[in-house]
Amino acid sequence: MIKNRDTRLTLLLLIPVLLVLIAYVLYPSLRTIMESLQKDGSMTFGNYSDFFTQESKTNLEALWNSVYISVLSVLVSALIGIPLAFIFNRYDFPGRGFFASAAIMPIVLPSLVGVMAFMFLYGETGLIPNAIKDLFGLDEVPFKIGGISGILIVHAYTMYVYFYMTVSSAINKIDPSLEEAAYNLGANRFKVFWKVTFPLLTPAIVAASLLVFMISMASFSAPFLLAGGFRVLSLQIYFSKINGDMEVAATQSVILSIVSISFLLFMRWYQNRKDYRMASKGIGAHRSEVNNPVLKWTLVFTGIVGVIILLLPHFTILLLSLVPDGTWTWQTYPSVFNFENYRLLFQDPNIFKPLKNSLLLSVIATAGNLVFGVLASYVLVKRKFVGKSFVDILVMIPWALPATVIGMNLIFAFNEPTIFSFGNILVGTFWILPLAYFIRHIPLVVRSTNAVLEQLDDSIEEASRSLGAKWFYTFRKVILPIIMPGVLSGTLLAFVESVGEFPTSVLLYTLSNRPISIEIMNQLRMFNMGQAAAYGMIQIALIALVLFISNKFFGVKAEKSLS
Amino acid sequence: MASINIDNVQKAFGKVIAVDHLNLDIKDGEFFTFLGPSGCGKTTTLRMIAGFYYPTKGVVRFGDKDMTRVPPEKRNTGMVFQNYALFPHMTVFENVAFGLRVRKVGSKELKAKVEEVLQKVRLEQYAERQVSQLSGGQQQRVALARALVIEPEILLLDEPLSNLDAKLRDEMRSEILRLQKDYKITTIYVTHDQAEALSMSDRIAVFNFGVCHQVGTPSEIYNEPANDFVAGFIGEINLLPVNISRMEDDYIFVEVQNGENDSELAVRNAPFNYNQENKGNLALSIRPESIKILEKEAEGKNIFKGVVEEVHFFGSLINVVVRVEGLKLQVNALNSGLSRNLQAGAEIWVELPEEQMRIIPVVTGDAS
Ligand SMILES: Nc1ncnc2c1ncn2[C@@H]1O[C@H](COP(=O)(O)OP(=O)(O)OP(=O)(O)O)[C@@H](O)[C@H]1O
Ligand SMILES: [Mg+2]
Repeated sequence: MIKNRDTRLTLLLLIPVLLVLIAYVLYPSLRTIMESLQKDGSMTFGNYSDFFTQESKTNLEALWNSVYISVLSVLVSALIGIPLAFIFNRYDFPGRGFFASAAIMPIVLPSLVGVMAFMFLYGETGLIPNAIKDLFGLDEVPFKIGGISGILIVHAYTMYVYFYMTVSSAINKIDPSLEEAAYNLGANRFKVFWKVTFPLLTPAIVAASLLVFMISMASFSAPFLLAGGFRVLSLQIYFSKINGDMEVAATQSVILSIVSISFLLFMRWYQNRKDYRMASKGIGAHRSEVNNPVLKWTLVFTGIVGVIILLLPHFTILLLSLVPDGTWTWQTYPSVFNFENYRLLFQDPNIFKPLKNSLLLSVIATAGNLVFGVLASYVLVKRKFVGKSFVDILVMIPWALPATVIGMNLIFAFNEPTIFSFGNILVGTFWILPLAYFIRHIPLVVRSTNAVLEQLDDSIEEASRSLGAKWFYTFRKVILPIIMPGVLSGTLLAFVESVGEFPTSVLLYTLSNRPISIEIMNQLRMFNMGQAAAYGMIQIALIALVLFISNKFFGVKAEKSLS
Repeated sequence: MASINIDNVQKAFGKVIAVDHLNLDIKDGEFFTFLGPSGCGKTTTLRMIAGFYYPTKGVVRFGDKDMTRVPPEKRNTGMVFQNYALFPHMTVFENVAFGLRVRKVGSKELKAKVEEVLQKVRLEQYAERQVSQLSGGQQQRVALARALVIEPEILLLDEPLSNLDAKLRDEMRSEILRLQKDYKITTIYVTHDQAEALSMSDRIAVFNFGVCHQVGTPSEIYNEPANDFVAGFIGEINLLPVNISRMEDDYIFVEVQNGENDSELAVRNAPFNYNQENKGNLALSIRPESIKILEKEAEGKNIFKGVVEEVHFFGSLINVVVRVEGLKLQVNALNSGLSRNLQAGAEIWVELPEEQMRIIPVVTGDAS
């Protein structure tokens, strides 16, 4: 009985959290590792030696391509994101605020829908190359994207935002007096930038680079639609699974995971290093007004062109969604516009079904995320126990694991009855998809909840308890209401991400629970561009709505939790 | 209301012992202060009384009840936190009503009680305000009201005034005292401000490094510090390391260590001035205001010739540093008579009255 009540309570809260993490994060990963060690019915490293020594070198080539494309993605995204962060946070010119918020628009595009938009815009039959061809009377389209350049362009478009956001917030945290001190000591602009500003930004840049590297290693939708013959590892896993080479798929998954998890660990280490550099905080950025008229209007003009490029994909989807299927076949440009696709979407039960499925699956998954996220975050932030970093890492694993790997893990774990599925086989049933979405978004909800809980002073909880409230009463009446806005904005974000989720869906869906993303693929295959775009628009609207609600009602910059 | 008994309590955080061998008896209705430098264990002790920490060893009792392992919500203590810890999502009224709602007080009675206490802290017009829209002093009064409305047996205040400016501190001090007398509630007050402790408390406990050095009324603590730590922590004092050279019925003669001459000082042999049980290193203590400055050479016990080294002017008071036989003495004199004209370098005579000097044990290790 020496164990006091608090310890018992911690245990009581910790056990369900740990059970969920072990059952649905750790166990499936271990199952994949086990599977990768199986070859012809015995335990060997044979699959791994095959991976590296295979004559055709497909796997090695895919691994190499993944790394290669990720490095390029980091470079290109940095080259776009960092200068933009500087221009928008350091200079003031007409329209700056608008351009600055437009710069995060790529986030409002679910990956699959984004890739689709790029295909329509810049692909073989794309609007832009064809418009240029007609405009200048060329015989051939002047350019088209596809293969590696296509993937890279899509990556740059979506991932520069991570650089833009992290570097912007770092710039705003730099105490202006540091730079002023350097000028005061006689340093010129160039010196100040390289000796003061840049070193202060390195942590942010490194963090963004690691993040972008991880995301593009895991990227699935872009290669899936654009790769052509170009092989990347995340896609190879999918092909191995389709071909029934499960042991090979497992091996590929493990190798991709090792790369990703080592990046996660490196990133944690890097961010936990004591960072003296940001000691003074909360100083608003000071922006210099641009007085030189030529420079000023150049900036404004570039801003406008930039915004047009950034928003073109959104407009393309909108435009396509208004083109009824079958009215745009051999013509270069569509000619009929109406709301037929939307009408069908809500009236034809067959077309409505995927939307309904997606919403239902996502509601279930997100409800789970909400309960689990609050519980896990509370235990991690407010309770003391041994092995906290272990739990912390378990929580973050689904974030580091590529979606394809999570899908494979679930296949290996739940294509047989287990105690964790109460003796049922989950693969091929309705429940496997909500489970996958739930796992995918554990880190997102836990992290956004952590952020608000860390702000909450411990004495608030103590005050309530010393006034006589039991723990559960305190939790319901004091803690939950205070953290709810932050929690909800994270949860809503998880919800819309679930609605758009493609990689796990494509591995795990069944005909009856097929979600929107799968139906978009089907419609594309049948060349029903309009219907596919209408689905896309629904997703864009949902995401925009969530960001708006979070900003307006919860005062939370929800897009922050994405990085 | 209740008395509090802390019986041989120890609290360790891993290897750090935050509080050790603590014995305290706090009486019913008493205003009791924990005083000590930062990190000495005041908050830790308070939190053991509130139930947020459980002692590693020892027993905490309220009245006769053993409370050592009772969870905080069952202790009926009202606590005012240093940062107030008001619930940010509730109005002033809701904050104050919280403890009553937990106790399932009916809505009529609840309203009456909250209004009464808000009146007591003079916040009745602010009941429907959001707490974030209050000034620091008002927030503090909400915190007080919230703690008082549950009619706790014990009121715990952890440096409640440290976030306020000087004027508001004065106001809040008298407010707290007024409410404490009104409710006749046993109160423990934590501070490291000695002026606050001396002016407010019935009794004070002085802490250092997790050990309680003395418990006493403000005048006991000031006039009869138990050792050199207490003496040095509260007010200014002259502490001279000494050896006892001989004892007589009326006097104890001591020699100052590392003095230039070996002149003796005669201290009255009375319980106030010397405790027979004191062992180990000893120090002679005398407050600066107890030393007399003489204009002319005079004969008598404990009179020495000295040179004025520094003069500091404080208005009603003048602080003079006098060098006597190689030792520096702090002397405070009223701004009147001859001390007005003192200049650095002047030769004067000082008298250390025999009944004002005390011989006390050295515990800090660097009495000099
Ligand atoms: N939770 C804890 N874990 C480890 N050590 C602690 C903990 N709480 C307090 N301590 C240590 O115990 C000692 C006493 O701390 P305490 O907070 O009681 O000091 P205090 O007298 O209230 O100081 P202050 O005036 O600065 O508030 C300190 O050395 C402190 O570092
Ligand atoms: Mg303290």
